Amino acid sequence: MRNISVIFLKQLKDTLKNKAVLIQFVMFPLMAVIMENAVKMEGMPENFFVKLFSVMFVGMAPLTCISSIIAEEKEKNTLRVLMMSNVKPFEYLCGVSSYVWLMCMAGTAVFAVCGKFSGKDLAVFLLIMAVGIMLSELIGAVIGIFSKNQMSATSVTVPVMMIFSFLPMISMFNDKIEKIANLTYTQQLSDVVNELGNFTVTVENILVPVVNFVFAVVLFVFAFKKRGME
Amino acid sequence: MGKAIEIKEICKSFGEKKVLDGISFSVENGEIFGLLGPSGAGKTTLIRILTGQLKGERGEALVNGINSSELTGRECRQFGIMMDDFGLYERLSCFDNLKVFAGIYGIGKSRIYEVLEAVGLGNSVKKAASELSKGMSSRLRLARVLLHNPDILFLDEPTSGLDPATAEEIQGLILAEKAKGRTIFLTTHNMAEAEKLCENIALLDEGKIVEYGNPQEICRRYNHRKMLKIHLKSGEDMEISHDEKSAEIVAKMLKDGTAETIHTSEPTLETVFMTITGKELAK
Repeated sequence: MRNISVIFLKQLKDTLKNKAVLIQFVMFPLMAVIMENAVKMEGMPENFFVKLFSVMFVGMAPLTCISSIIAEEKEKNTLRVLMMSNVKPFEYLCGVSSYVWLMCMAGTAVFAVCGKFSGKDLAVFLLIMAVGIMLSELIGAVIGIFSKNQMSATSVTVPVMMIFSFLPMISMFNDKIEKIANLTYTQQLSDVVNELGNFTVTVENILVPVVNFVFAVVLFVFAFKKRGME
Repeated sequence: MGKAIEIKEICKSFGEKKVLDGISFSVENGEIFGLLGPSGAGKTTLIRILTGQLKGERGEALVNGINSSELTGRECRQFGIMMDDFGLYERLSCFDNLKVFAGIYGIGKSRIYEVLEAVGLGNSVKKAASELSKGMSSRLRLARVLLHNPDILFLDEPTSGLDPATAEEIQGLILAEKAKGRTIFLTTHNMAEAEKLCENIALLDEGKIVEYGNPQEICRRYNHRKMLKIHLKSGEDMEISHDEKSAEIVAKMLKDGTAETIHTSEPTLETVFMTITGKELAK
């Protein structure tokens, strides 16, 4: 537990000085606040920008942050130094992912306040965002573990992040893309967020994220066995 | 005095290239041991095997009596490892860099200040690692190694690329650690550094130990020419044999005051290495 908190605190201090990672936590919540207050159009769904950006936030911020943090530590061999100091891979991943999760949940709180969610809607919103963030973190960790350095991590992270964060938005305009997007957890998350007032959850809304999660776990185990944490 | 490190017939290849080929030697507790060789000789590979980062294909490497391939994280805590490519947290200050590891080792803040002071970074506590010069970065990496008072220090080219003054400071720190009874295993291609610091050295070339022993003894062993080099006040240089017959000549020169300097012509580790391998050590 001590090592997890050490890694958590290290990451907290480090990220405050790392603009590339910090901007990921701030960008979408800030954009939601600005757009919700600046754009008022007739016929526009309630909390349109909050719902849109929150899904994009889940697909982008945790994924890019985790992969970038792990890849940087691998590139500079600081991860190896940690491992040589008896920090277990599990402790490192817990420390980093709990930090990213908390930062993303802080961003989620901004979305919730901006959307004026309360009661059951707030609870459902926080729950699905929390689960979505964890799933994105797992995918980000897979990319980070597979990558040798930050450049190779970025080249994989960008297309993967584009799929998970932008497909739900694009699917609004194209039925064929929607069929593909339905296979992603972010699309399911988007569906639930868009139905917040009615609170209808389908089997698909649960099954797809579960399958995505299992797939991500398999990839994570494969990446870890093949590359390890060094 | 037991053995801190014992290496028996270690072999390691990367693909077709044999990097270590049947290496054997041992290092006593409290000794500074130097592994010398040109770049690509296999020095870093051997450190990686000793610290459990790599596994040898054949042979055995024992550190504190434990097979290095079976070292646990807990046992690794008894080592301090300074590798050339082990980075720092560039955005964090010197203090925060060490605080991460102090937290892991369960060490108090006072030790961080103590060790930063010891390596000469007492005035740079709040400076970000990215703002440090190469010499200061090396000192911070050394501070990280010394933080938890390890029994054995593995230092991979600790003064590589540093200016002479900084290199000498680092060498002073290494000697100070030796005085505390630590075993120090260092790799270098700087023969002057090895002669200054090490009680024993091994010369490594193409994965094989080509010479082993005390640096001065090795140099004496290869002193085949046994000549005296005399620089005269007139500006001329002369060489005479280093034997009884020359004693009178030298005595006369000293009496007349014609000799400005007199040197024996013992080879350096560099020339020994060249004699054995036909290559330069510093390459």
